[in-house]
Amino acid sequence: METVIIEFDNPAHLLEGAKAFTDAGYASTETYSPFPIHGMDDAMQLKPSKLGWIVLGGGAFGLSGGFLMQWWMSAVDYEIIISGKPFFSYPAFIPITFELMVLCSAFAAVFGMFALNKLPEHYHRLFKSNALRTATSHGFFLSVDVQDPNYDEKKVTDLLTKLNAKLVDRVED
Amino acid sequence: MSVIIDKIKEKVKRVALVDPKETFESVTDIVSKPMEMKLPSWWLIGFTASISLLILLKVMIAYLFWEGVGIWGLNNPVGWGFAIVNFVFWVGIGHAGTLISAILFLFRQKWRTGINRFAEAMTIFAVICALIFPGIHVGRQWLAYWFFPLPNSMAMWPNFKSPLLWDVFAVSTYFTVSLMFWYVGLIPDLATVRDRATSKIKQKVYGIFALGWRGANRHWQHYEKAYLILAAIATPLVLSVHSIVSFDFAVSQLPGWHTTIFPPYFVAGAIFSGFAMVVTLMVIARQIFNLKSLVTLHHLENMNKIILVTGTMVGYAYGMEFFMAWYSGYEYESFAFINRATGPYAWAYWIMVSCNVISPQLFWFEKCRRSLVIMFIISIFVNIGMWFERFVITVTSLHRDFLPSSWDYYSPTWVDVLTFVGSFGLFFTFFLLFLRFLPMISISEVKGVMPQADPHHGKEH
Repeated sequence: METVIIEFDNPAHLLEGAKAFTDAGYASTETYSPFPIHGMDDAMQLKPSKLGWIVLGGGAFGLSGGFLMQWWMSAVDYEIIISGKPFFSYPAFIPITFELMVLCSAFAAVFGMFALNKLPEHYHRLFKSNALRTATSHGFFLSVDVQDPNYDEKKVTDLLTKLNAKLVDRVED
Repeated sequence: MSVIIDKIKEKVKRVALVDPKETFESVTDIVSKPMEMKLPSWWLIGFTASISLLILLKVMIAYLFWEGVGIWGLNNPVGWGFAIVNFVFWVGIGHAGTLISAILFLFRQKWRTGINRFAEAMTIFAVICALIFPGIHVGRQWLAYWFFPLPNSMAMWPNFKSPLLWDVFAVSTYFTVSLMFWYVGLIPDLATVRDRATSKIKQKVYGIFALGWRGANRHWQHYEKAYLILAAIATPLVLSVHSIVSFDFAVSQLPGWHTTIFPPYFVAGAIFSGFAMVVTLMVIARQIFNLKSLVTLHHLENMNKIILVTGTMVGYAYGMEFFMAWYSGYEYESFAFINRATGPYAWAYWIMVSCNVISPQLFWFEKCRRSLVIMFIISIFVNIGMWFERFVITVTSLHRDFLPSSWDYYSPTWVDVLTFVGSFGLFFTFFLLFLRFLPMISISEVKGVMPQADPHHGKEH
């Protein structure tokens, strides 16, 4: 697999470039920037993130699990009379139920994000490109796989001239 | 309508959040510098001092474990002393970090980007300091796992109806969520440091923690979503944590504690004290590390405004407590408050009032809000005042209870005092390590609010 890496000089040009490449049908288009660029998801025609649903699941688990745990421990498994209060004192269970909902939602948000992004990924072939290393500081890059079904060297070169960008690296396996 | 809005926009002066002369590259350089420069001698001096205090804390804790809680100044009516005061003090300090990172994020307050990493680090270290105190005050520390619903030889479970147990869940959830929030924010910046690193060890270590981040937009998409969701759930969390801390007091039947104003009053006080601590630390750090173009006077002024608002809220709560004590017509409640202001602990009460209510009022003046010396002094006053607030609430309510025959005066012992002093060693040890080894300003977020980061920058719409 071979990937070409193209550098743009600012976020606005990268956004235009991502739009042009995506519109030209290169499904493997990916951009790299030191911070998220507003409007890039639309330019790359990405579907909305599903993370919200994962968090909803985590939160629902924490909420119900936390409440059931307190009910089972206080009112089923070992009942202890404390200040004559009912064993199943559901209003008193709310704070811990809430905290466990928050805790499980947060775990779902963080580890769900890792899963969707396939992190940790300590080896990636694009790390072989020295040019791409500035993407975490001040560089704005776009990559396309040569194996992309529509890939055509001439078309890409034309696009680059039009977009005023330059091809800075080629990464092979 | 739009004409009016345009006119207003012209009048409202937008303050640059980052010095306009900075570029993306120079921001990376400024923030990376403390991690790359030669180890400064003041850092070593500070670190040695902090480590010494940390050792002091460990010795005090070892002595406590050996000897038992009798070495503390607790007596019969005052069964809760420095341990709870220090716990609430440290937890409260943490709240500013979450307010900045979560609540200000939801309100789209872009100025937060200059200070959020710093404040979140402070949150985590402050909560660690806080967690020490309930952990060691239980008497039989080897049974501290009874806090959690873990199976034990008695087959018993914790009492879920107790606010003290709610607190265990609240504070440990708070710590875990803050740590994850902080780490998620750090990932892109760790990758920045990894990609700049010149030594193999640095590349490896930062590389491991950066998890293979490479700034890809498909990553940013889920990342931003995760960040937004974390902010959205950390917001009610931070409000709940100090509310639950206040339940430790408010759910009991003791005059001076049993009041409904406690949850909002505690949350306001927590944010107040936390911002004071951020100002104390930030005034020094931006001077030493030359961060003036990223943490401008505008940032500090905004924090001082929050100190003014929350300080005034705290002052209102002090007044309202007195009003309710009188208006309730309840003799014991009235006595508890008159005793607070005029009794044997009046000195502590008036230290609290002058530090917390009077000193922040200087921030009504722009000159004071923008003067580094004045804001530093006031922030120290607020730190002191907020420690005394917890002391006043805890000790004055306990020392004269319903039966005059059991009244007593509480004074801390040297062990109490040195344990508290030692906890600052723990805090500053972590903090100095953070300043040296992690980016203390969120590099990617600061870049995101620079005008040239906007893809429509320089274009007319």
